[in-house]
Amino acid sequence: MTSPRFVVTASPHLKAPATTPVIMWTVVGSLLPIVVTALYFFGLSALLVIAATLAGALGAETAFGSPQRLRDGSAVITGVLLGLTLPACLPLWMAFLGGAVGIALGKLIFGGLGSNIFNPALVGRAFLMAAFPVPMTTWPAPVDRIWQLAGDNFAWPLMRADPAAMVTAATPLGLAKFEHTQTAVMPLLLGTTSGSLGETSAIVILACGAYLAWRGFLNWRTPVSIFAAVAVLSAIVQLVDATYPGPLFMLFSGGLVLGAVYMATDMVTSPTTNRGRWIFGAGIGGLVVVIRLWGGLPEAVMFAILLMNALVPYINRVTQPRVFGTRLPGVAA
Amino acid sequence: MRALDFLHGIHPPERKELTARLPIRRMPFPDEVVLPVRQHSGKPATVVVKRGERVERGDAVALADGFISAPVHASASGRVTAIEGWPHPDGSTALAVRIAVDRHSVQVPRPRVVPDWRQLSPQQIVQAVQDAGVVGLGGAAFPTHVKLAPPKDATVEMVLVNGAECEPYLTTDHRSMVEFPERVHLGIRIMLRALGVTKAVIGVERNKPDAIERLQATAPADLDVTVLPLTVKYPQGAEKMLIRSVVGREVPSGKLPISVGVVVQNVGSAATIGEVFETGLPLVERIVTVSGHGVKRPANLIVPVGTKLQDLLDHCGGLTDDAAEILFGGPMMGLPVADLQTPILKGTTGVVVLTTADVRAQVSYPCIHCGYCLEACPVFLDPQHLGSLAQAGRYEEMPGHHLADCMLCGSCSYVCPSNIPLSQLFQVSKAAVRRLKVSAA
Repeated sequence: MTSPRFVVTASPHLKAPATTPVIMWTVVGSLLPIVVTALYFFGLSALLVIAATLAGALGAETAFGSPQRLRDGSAVITGVLLGLTLPACLPLWMAFLGGAVGIALGKLIFGGLGSNIFNPALVGRAFLMAAFPVPMTTWPAPVDRIWQLAGDNFAWPLMRADPAAMVTAATPLGLAKFEHTQTAVMPLLLGTTSGSLGETSAIVILACGAYLAWRGFLNWRTPVSIFAAVAVLSAIVQLVDATYPGPLFMLFSGGLVLGAVYMATDMVTSPTTNRGRWIFGAGIGGLVVVIRLWGGLPEAVMFAILLMNALVPYINRVTQPRVFGTRLPGVAA
Repeated sequence: MRALDFLHGIHPPERKELTARLPIRRMPFPDEVVLPVRQHSGKPATVVVKRGERVERGDAVALADGFISAPVHASASGRVTAIEGWPHPDGSTALAVRIAVDRHSVQVPRPRVVPDWRQLSPQQIVQAVQDAGVVGLGGAAFPTHVKLAPPKDATVEMVLVNGAECEPYLTTDHRSMVEFPERVHLGIRIMLRALGVTKAVIGVERNKPDAIERLQATAPADLDVTVLPLTVKYPQGAEKMLIRSVVGREVPSGKLPISVGVVVQNVGSAATIGEVFETGLPLVERIVTVSGHGVKRPANLIVPVGTKLQDLLDHCGGLTDDAAEILFGGPMMGLPVADLQTPILKGTTGVVVLTTADVRAQVSYPCIHCGYCLEACPVFLDPQHLGSLAQAGRYEEMPGHHLADCMLCGSCSYVCPSNIPLSQLFQVSKAAVRRLKVSAA
């Protein structure tokens, strides 16, 4: 006689503790020190911009996705990461729109979590770059006081930002490309230069990334591959022509550290095989150097990652692992 | 010294502390034993007794059907009450012989001549092992004598005794090695003679230092038997992984261990062979670990084959109030059993009772392409890709991606953060592929 109270399930009956929400929310937690650093350099505007992208992302997820997906934390990651790629003086309505488009067109339209090909935060940023090129390339200098707004964040929707409301400064990459001026490495590492919110302290970002790698939630091969490719290629270029910026500058300027640690390592849009991750990282690094040196834009990480995202399904296919007991030397197949 | 390890794998919690220190005790004979004729891989045995017939402990109730088969023997003296369908651990209703056990019986087996194995030829040893109904006691229940009679063109270099016991909770092999090491060595000696080889290795996971010590201390001086400590990792006890750890070679895909010159036997099977030639008694009982937080008194017991689950659990104090799921085997590959009338088989290594806390329902998320499953799979498959094919019902594409190499060990399901039931999907897929082959034929 069967007792009705017994459960019958398929094996295995044990589970590792890390679930998808645990991974996602841990990543969110690891972003907090970076947000605090952005707040330190760019003031209140940093929080406002990130809050706006977050609102846009969560709004799109609720409106067009399923509400229970909010629980897994992936929309929060997209919102915060997108915010970190924006200038602090960006009008909030644009930031909101970026978050919404990033989630809607970068993730939901593909079928939701796990089905998208492109990094949703970068899709949002690409949209903003195309739609609002001037505000997206107007960079504020770091602020003197935290409560001081970095720019005309509260511009009315569909209205242009008031240029008199901000103090702009050229970013190190802009200086390098358009004015052929180098920036020292220490300001880049510490984040005291102008730029997007996430271009702040490389040291903080690397520390947060190291924590995630230690937890097992971040595969170290992708960022290491990106850094190696950028360093090697820019070193070779500098050897050939000394007027070009060298590896240290290339590594720590712009959004490379944030992109390598947080954007390229997005699990859904990066390869599943380790060999694939090396190829993916090398491709991103190569594209970053090429676009920065010879492309029309000073900043390249976003496009490099988006282009390599498109190749991920192919990379996965051609880097399938050798199955145990196959292709053994001296054994006929 | 080369690291005795294989690549990938997982580290589930061991949970062996519930029974690892408990000495083996003999369970009293139950009132009834039920003996299915299918307790091994290969052809089921054919019944040779009739309803109403008296049997003594050790009498054959079913005979082997061909070479890849094994006989089934009565595990207790009594009367055959029925030959009918009975719940089987795999969920089916299978033909079984029911025996009402003599109460107050001393349960002495029928007197028999015990052959002196030293006078037997290798072929006679193999036949004696089959006649005793010995099958792999590690869980797969493959007829042991088949492995002792490899094809003529095969070269056997060594016997590899599997003392890994990598499943959480189970301590059957552990206690056997600690308490009966001499019998293990006798079984090894007989197997070496049957195979005509001189080298044996016993692989034991490092979490069993007392077993390693006992086996080393009792190793016969005239035999080449080495006891090797192995990395504690799941599935170390899977024979392909064990061979990789000990010998450093991969068994070619689709082939058997004999193709790399190795014959693998579970340490319990080795001990049983020793006992068969010591006492003449066929395989009628085995050591079973009863564990988990859902049973009141966990234990390592000598259990007559065919003992019903209800009787076994009653002897262990019964179930706790929060008992929720009963498994035959360990938690990674064990079968869930809901019918308390289900009997213990020759291949039942343990009974693990999980509580409601252990079996909390999990929500599934979409695959996030984290790749943890690729890092876990011990045969280097791509469970992410296979899983998405299975979920889409594209079964015909899966053999091309080496579905046949999947051991259903469950490592991929264990690590998946999205709680995708990969192992279960592959069980379904393998069945679907078999059906496709049958309908195409």
